Amino acid sequence: MAVSNFLSKGSLLKQGAEARVYRDIFLGKSTIIKERFPKKYRHPLLDEKLTHRRTVQEVRSIQRCRKAGIPTPVVYFVDYTSHCIFLEDIADSVTVRDHIVSTQHQSHPSPTLEHLAPLAVKVGQILAQMHDEDVVHGDLTTSNMLLRRNGDVEDASELSLVLIDFGLSYISGLPEDKGVDLYVLEKAFLSTHPNTEALFQKLLESYTASSKKSSAVIKKLDEVRLRGRKRSMVG
Amino acid sequence: MTVVIGFEGSANKIGIGIIRDGEVLSNPRRTYITPPGQGFLPSETARHHRGVILTVLKEALEQAALTPADIDCVAYTKGPGMGAPLLTVALVARTVAQLWGRPLVGVNHCIGHVEMGRLITRAHNPTVLYVSGGNTQVIAYSERRYRIFGETIDIAVGNCLDRFARVIKISNDPSPGYNIEQMAKRGSQYVELPYTVKGMDVSFSGIQSYIEEAANKMLASAQCTAEDLCFSLQETLFSMLVEITERAMAHCGSQEVLIVGGVGCNLRLQEMMGVMCKERGAKLFATDERFCIDNGAMIAQAGWEMFRSGQVTELRDSWITQRYRTDEVEVTWRD
Ligand SMILES: Nc1ncnc2c1ncn2[C@@H]1O[C@H](COP(=O)(O)OP(=O)(O)OP(=O)(O)O)[C@@H](O)[C@H]1O
Ligand SMILES: [Mg+2]
Repeated sequence: MAVSNFLSKGSLLKQGAEARVYRDIFLGKSTIIKERFPKKYRHPLLDEKLTHRRTVQEVRSIQRCRKAGIPTPVVYFVDYTSHCIFLEDIADSVTVRDHIVSTQHQSHPSPTLEHLAPLAVKVGQILAQMHDEDVVHGDLTTSNMLLRRNGDVEDASELSLVLIDFGLSYISGLPEDKGVDLYVLEKAFLSTHPNTEALFQKLLESYTASSKKSSAVIKKLDEVRLRGRKRSMVG
Repeated sequence: MTVVIGFEGSANKIGIGIIRDGEVLSNPRRTYITPPGQGFLPSETARHHRGVILTVLKEALEQAALTPADIDCVAYTKGPGMGAPLLTVALVARTVAQLWGRPLVGVNHCIGHVEMGRLITRAHNPTVLYVSGGNTQVIAYSERRYRIFGETIDIAVGNCLDRFARVIKISNDPSPGYNIEQMAKRGSQYVELPYTVKGMDVSFSGIQSYIEEAANKMLASAQCTAEDLCFSLQETLFSMLVEITERAMAHCGSQEVLIVGGVGCNLRLQEMMGVMCKERGAKLFATDERFCIDNGAMIAQAGWEMFRSGQVTELRDSWITQRYRTDEVEVTWRD
């Protein structure tokens, strides 16, 4: 199967940190092709190891999530030699990042929290479900969550949210790993979306209410935050 | 014209620099160097700074061919850093400000690095990788703050390099990082080390304890050379740094990178970052050791920006703080 044919025909959607993402038709379906091309800045042995590991992990975690009913794209096909994953195209979707940014612009000066609270609740629920399956995402940002445009965005139960980009994910039951997962999200969230502390709080409350194991995770989250604040930063 | 003198001494470097409207008039510096295998302790570092600070001050004024009457504002590092050295330097800054009858401005050290990098390279709105002995951060500006998108969740990259240097007794002169860089050039065998990236964050404590534990054993059994270890450590650490920088760029939609901080003068890091930038059509900005490594001019430059936008620090508020996050500062000089 000449995967490279697909890549030369498909249209480049985005060049992320790890991969080029294309859109094409595969077996009659609109498909996202994620190609982890070699990164020339790093040593070839390290590059090969990381690329392979991440392709494998991404597929594995997506499948584990889907089995548990956590919305992620269907994997259509994987090519481990060219490190390409063929994924269901989440059609008519926007990243949560873009959605929050545009809502913040539109609703100005009326409070953003009101409009975005249902989304925060939804994100909290899905992450709780994911962590309860012992999937640690490893790269939680609002760029790695897609929101389908249909449905009422003011009602959490109507929102259709899809988690993507599991390249840095792994399986772990440790509260520490899940706490760090939330810590990474918190920092990415607050730096990307200034003045959304209350919104993120809402997300955490929803996580806490939805996860069976949340208390140990939130305790670790507090610990990791404190470590960050206590770090001396000499030099 | 506005002339600002900047005092820096948050770690083992003591520097005093003078800036006049974007022009570096002088920037002398001294480094407290400890014997191989030893780090620098706060009280001894402060003693070193006390011993040389007046000489450095004299040099700064002489090289700039200025007298105290020409200075409009005295900037000093408020933090973050080591308590005792910070205090020593702040004390001298406070004293001269009162002697000369000039206002004080307390500067965040990290912001000093960023502003100096922007001044020297003319980078417009870059994603900043700030890497030094005590800090590892990926920063981007938005809405009046330098926001931290990624950072180390445990030790800093420079700290990891310095501690490794101590384990295998690499010289601290002129700096452990510089000597590791030179040795790495002669290394060839790539030794696999732990690699821990979490989104836009990194963790170095795993690699640190692994190499501390394994280094001397591997050297004793001739599995690899010290040069190979330097090479492999650099390749691994810097790959992690380039990866999180690229991830922040993809996330923010940025097409410029600026590297600042002491580790930023490492040419291998700059080379790797350059390759990454080329691959995505972005532009790399970096400076050399004069401006990357802690210096007085960077404090003067950030102080200049702050002073020009109306900020001064009253004497009663001119304290220091060991912990001072980059995103705590309201950036009043950019839109
Ligand atoms: N299944 C999908 N359906 C629709 N769009 C998608 C899909 N997968 C990815 N995208 C789009 O492509 C972008 C990049 O994808 P992804 O995050 O998987 O790549 P990446 O290179 O791993 O990113 P990163 O920079 O976070 O490492 C997403 O933000 C999204 O806009
Ligand atoms: Mg992504």
